[in-house]
Amino acid sequence: MQATTLVYDGSFNGFLTTVFEIYEKRIALPIIKKETDFQKDFFSETDTIISSSDKAKRVFKGIKKLLKTKGCNTIYYAFLSEIIGVENTLYNVIKYAFTTQQNIISDYSNVEVLALSKIARKVSREKHRMEAFVRFQETKDGIYFANIEPDFNVLPLINYHFTKRYADQKWIIYDLKRKYGLFYNLKKTEIITLNFNVTTKKKDWFTLNENEYKTLWKEYFESTNIEERINTKLHIQHVPKRYWKYLSEKQP
Amino acid sequence: MSFQRIREKLNILADAAKYDVSCASSGSNRKNTNNGLGNASSMGICHTFTKDGRCVSLLKILLTNHCIFDCAYCVTRKSNDIKRAAFKVQEVVDLTINFYRRNYIEGLFLSSGIFKNADYTMERLVAVAKKLRLEENFNGYIHLKSIPGASDELMREAGLYADRLSVNIEIPTKEGLKALAPDKNHEDFIKPMKKVKNEIIQYKSEKKIIKSTPKYAPAGQSTQMIIGASNENDMQIMYTSNYLYNTFDLKRVYYSGYIPVSYDKRLPMIGTEVPVLRENRLYQTDWLLRFYGFDVREILNPKHPNLDLDIDPKLSWALRNLNQFPVDINKADKMLLARVPGLGITSVNKILSARRFRNLNWEHLKTIGVKLNRAKYFITCNSRYFETKDYSASQLKQIIVQSSNSKHKKAFTGQLALFT
Repeated sequence: MQATTLVYDGSFNGFLTTVFEIYEKRIALPIIKKETDFQKDFFSETDTIISSSDKAKRVFKGIKKLLKTKGCNTIYYAFLSEIIGVENTLYNVIKYAFTTQQNIISDYSNVEVLALSKIARKVSREKHRMEAFVRFQETKDGIYFANIEPDFNVLPLINYHFTKRYADQKWIIYDLKRKYGLFYNLKKTEIITLNFNVTTKKKDWFTLNENEYKTLWKEYFESTNIEERINTKLHIQHVPKRYWKYLSEKQP
Repeated sequence: MSFQRIREKLNILADAAKYDVSCASSGSNRKNTNNGLGNASSMGICHTFTKDGRCVSLLKILLTNHCIFDCAYCVTRKSNDIKRAAFKVQEVVDLTINFYRRNYIEGLFLSSGIFKNADYTMERLVAVAKKLRLEENFNGYIHLKSIPGASDELMREAGLYADRLSVNIEIPTKEGLKALAPDKNHEDFIKPMKKVKNEIIQYKSEKKIIKSTPKYAPAGQSTQMIIGASNENDMQIMYTSNYLYNTFDLKRVYYSGYIPVSYDKRLPMIGTEVPVLRENRLYQTDWLLRFYGFDVREILNPKHPNLDLDIDPKLSWALRNLNQFPVDINKADKMLLARVPGLGITSVNKILSARRFRNLNWEHLKTIGVKLNRAKYFITCNSRYFETKDYSASQLKQIIVQSSNSKHKKAFTGQLALFT
């Protein structure tokens, strides 16, 4: 039997619509791909999916009925990993749930379920790291600014945490890799894209005190160290080197 | 404010505070309700880690390192010749707020040397917390030290602004304390703990009736013991700890391997290695008591007054109680599974979820991520093959130690290597 490649726009709604279409058109061997990852070949059938929030809602409702909130979170988190091909693992797990009509999200001896839960865990860890490692710098117009380059698309996940926490200051967290950010304007948080080169290197963007606080923090970090207990391996395990670029205390 | 002066103070007073190992920012449920600054994360967040691998979650400083006491084990003791400094209340408030706004920290951990007297010191600690809460609308985490001997009224106020209160008993035994800190006595530490415990209970019960009752130290209280400064054994340490957990509902007891800071003859010499492995075994025991349903007497008793350093306390217990094994993975209840060496609570929960779908065999356990190299000697599962040999405890210990890749292995094999 021939496989059918389904191409969607990369959004979560788009993915759910794709699942809808697979059931609607009874596609036996689907391969789901993002527009951006798709290269046309001549041997398989392709179908382009047009996102529909109605169809997406119906699928999501169906999933939630079986897998509850925990399962929906696992699926959304894993989706945000943007790992190439994760859609197919997601589809297989959703299919497994629909076929058995059971909440199979904790059936860890099933290979696909386990794989999905591992991916979701990775994303959740990245989310938690971003909540910890984001470092704001105050700009001259009073906005606390930070940029990040997370491994996964975690901005939608950290939105709630930062909006709750910094309710009385304006802030921006900008994802350099995916070229969009969150902006909180003291009322609500919006998605923004900036059309200039975003960097925290430009000293004249930031207030004069900014550097002083950076120094204070860095020296504080140095003086918390207990020389007699030094354990570099553990240190790097907790703060992997790829995150050092965010951390002012780790700058020379 | 003058940054230069603040920098000097911060260096001195952060350095002096680093021996307090607690840095937890978890367990509080303070919400940002007033559109102010901060929202306590109930799971806690580590914003960075020191070079020795400890979490940095709070701005941990002393208000001052001037102290009227002369406790031998303490860096800030009166007789020690070190630089002294003191923060003003407002300076601590500004530092906390500015660090918090930049997402450096979860909040403040404020301790202090005792200057003048207990009340005078406690008053200033409370003033910082009060200012943060009332003037700055700060909802982040605040951990205050209870100063032994402070008045009940001040302790009550402290709990209204702080998320956690702690008083370090430092030396696990009464005799040890008498020798090393002759100015202090055991009762001084117990009294504030009792006070805080009672306040917590009272506020909780009032809250059930009147919803607007304020929170009192929602993240509870904790304490710390120094390990290896006086010559107490592990049994004395853990029995004290068990007593504290049961009597005062402590959230945490911390164990801090003694870091030599003095030439005092009563203490280990400067340059003595920090007992990190022993500290680790004590924490493992602490976890077994709090999460794995063990009774302290099962692990430590007059027959076994000290923990093994080469194997973990659960394995050590299992080897002394081989008659309780093997355990059937597919039938045993949660608390029994938790007693199997090599199974942590995460694995136990995964097994419980997964076995609802099918009976598990070795393959399944492996996919789930159970570390079988240790567990396989203590369990049976849905498979015809299992460890049938009757090993004696010492044989089993040898097999497991040899097959495991403990990070501490070096410490034990180094000596053996000389003879092979």
